[in-house]
Amino acid sequence: MTLTTPSSHTLAGHGANGGGEPGTPVIHVEKLSKIYGDGFQALKEVDLTIRRGEIFALLGPNGAGKTTLISAICGLVNASSGRVLVDGHDNVAQYRQARERIGLVPQELTNEAFTTVWDTVSFSRGLFGKPKDPAHIENVLRALTLWDKRDNRLLELSGGMKRRVLIAKALSHQPQVLFLDEPTAGVDVELRREMWEVVRGLRDQGVTIILTTHYIEEAEEMADRIGVIRRGELVLVEEKNALMQQLGRKELTLHLATPLDGVPATLAGHDLALAEDGHALVYTYDVTRLDEGTGIAGLLADLEATGIRVKDLHTRQSSLEEIFVNLVRGNA
Amino acid sequence: MNLQSIKTLYLAEMARSLRTVLQSIVSPVVSTSLYFVVFGAAIGSRISEVDGVSYGAFIVPGLIMLMLLTQSVSTASFGIFFPRFSGSIYEILSAPISYLEIVLGFVGAAATKSVILGLIVLATARLFVPFSIAHPLVMLLFLVLTALTFSLLGFIIGIWADGFEKLQLVPLLIVTPLTFLGGTFYSIDMLPPFWQSLTLLNPVVYLVSGFRWSFYGSGDVSIWASLGTIALFLGAALAVVNWIFRTGYRLKP
Repeated sequence: MTLTTPSSHTLAGHGANGGGEPGTPVIHVEKLSKIYGDGFQALKEVDLTIRRGEIFALLGPNGAGKTTLISAICGLVNASSGRVLVDGHDNVAQYRQARERIGLVPQELTNEAFTTVWDTVSFSRGLFGKPKDPAHIENVLRALTLWDKRDNRLLELSGGMKRRVLIAKALSHQPQVLFLDEPTAGVDVELRREMWEVVRGLRDQGVTIILTTHYIEEAEEMADRIGVIRRGELVLVEEKNALMQQLGRKELTLHLATPLDGVPATLAGHDLALAEDGHALVYTYDVTRLDEGTGIAGLLADLEATGIRVKDLHTRQSSLEEIFVNLVRGNA
Repeated sequence: MNLQSIKTLYLAEMARSLRTVLQSIVSPVVSTSLYFVVFGAAIGSRISEVDGVSYGAFIVPGLIMLMLLTQSVSTASFGIFFPRFSGSIYEILSAPISYLEIVLGFVGAAATKSVILGLIVLATARLFVPFSIAHPLVMLLFLVLTALTFSLLGFIIGIWADGFEKLQLVPLLIVTPLTFLGGTFYSIDMLPPFWQSLTLLNPVVYLVSGFRWSFYGSGDVSIWASLGTIALFLGAALAVVNWIFRTGYRLKP
């Protein structure tokens, strides 16, 4: 799917909404906590800054607090303490300015079955207090390949199309930030790829996107930065590339026949560390740069030349999944 | 005040009524006509006059009230209950609009529809019996205030209800009985003394009586008692709606 919006028109909010420089903070969450009526603490002093123009993935298992965090930012849930600034506007004291900058796509498919695509998207724009703008609605519908379906009633649409209608509704008032709560939950593989294309296209249009997911693959595929949430706590916020580097690191452990006191000078050119009281040498290399060679052959040759005998060797690689599982189990 | 948002909510609610025009407009007209056939013509022919008016004309204000109360409650309660039920309420709650603006949109549309229906039923009644309206402005005032108050009541019910059963419960078990026992089809003078006193506890008596006064210049209770009652109701409904939004009851955890 390609986004066919004319270059002169953007789906994101600019001008009156004052879209700022890419990379500057657009959402600022400060010590946000939420304790529900039954005493359940869904958020614990969450601090988070979202940068303009990025795709931020909020990753966490079910019940970790992803939806509560989004709901508290969008005004669907009253926070117990802390505050949220949207483009500098407090989302409680200045809720009008804060909310008009946000578009929300909920997790559950909801719709008024008997209205048409055109009417429901136009309704959303009016609800957010914006004057009619058929040209913008057309652009949004075309961008989401819903233009041909504009006169269809919602009950006639497939699940994937309904999801896109919800995105169109959220974009109808030209928000600066788009929240996608589990955009691909319960969606088959093909539709998931299609949704990723849509999200990427929106980002290219200048929309800041925050999505929640419990699929690691999705975060890996889409995000510029990843936040991991566990039992209401944001336990990690990291550039995806930095995470991927950790992911891409591989360790070769060489078990030695005779222990060493230190790394011999002849081997200083390799990224080696002594382990297991000198019984092992650990060599770290980057599998994302396999083209440049791993250096393993050279290392083995140098070992032989130095006269170090190797009993055994093994390699291991940490995956994002492993990092994630450790984090959500609380071992990290 | 965010007029664009109010207008959008209001027009969307009005459009919903138009989509279901048969259910919204035709059925109240048909049922009112049936009341006239049964009570006005069949039974009314055996009752000479009540308070100096023919029985057919006597029941007109009560019938309009009956329709006004039930329609206001059901339209407004369904209007806000449905988005809660379907989940699309998220959009309204995340929009840059105040609670007052939400109420103006939903309750305004429900009250408008009820007033229009009231006028249609009034016109329909005129086909069956001749009558004149002594105080048209007071009549309109009652029409609007009652539609507004009971639309607010409907809005409250629509937020309180957590299922379709509860949505039907209040109109069915409270509003309709109170209206039937509220002097729609009779003057409370016709009741035994004990029941007369008991009936005075029924707020709908004051509404029907005041509305009838605007037609024929006489009612079961004074017009001021009637106006006071509707004002009291309106104040109470506004207080409850205010409380709902302040606490986020059933809307915002």
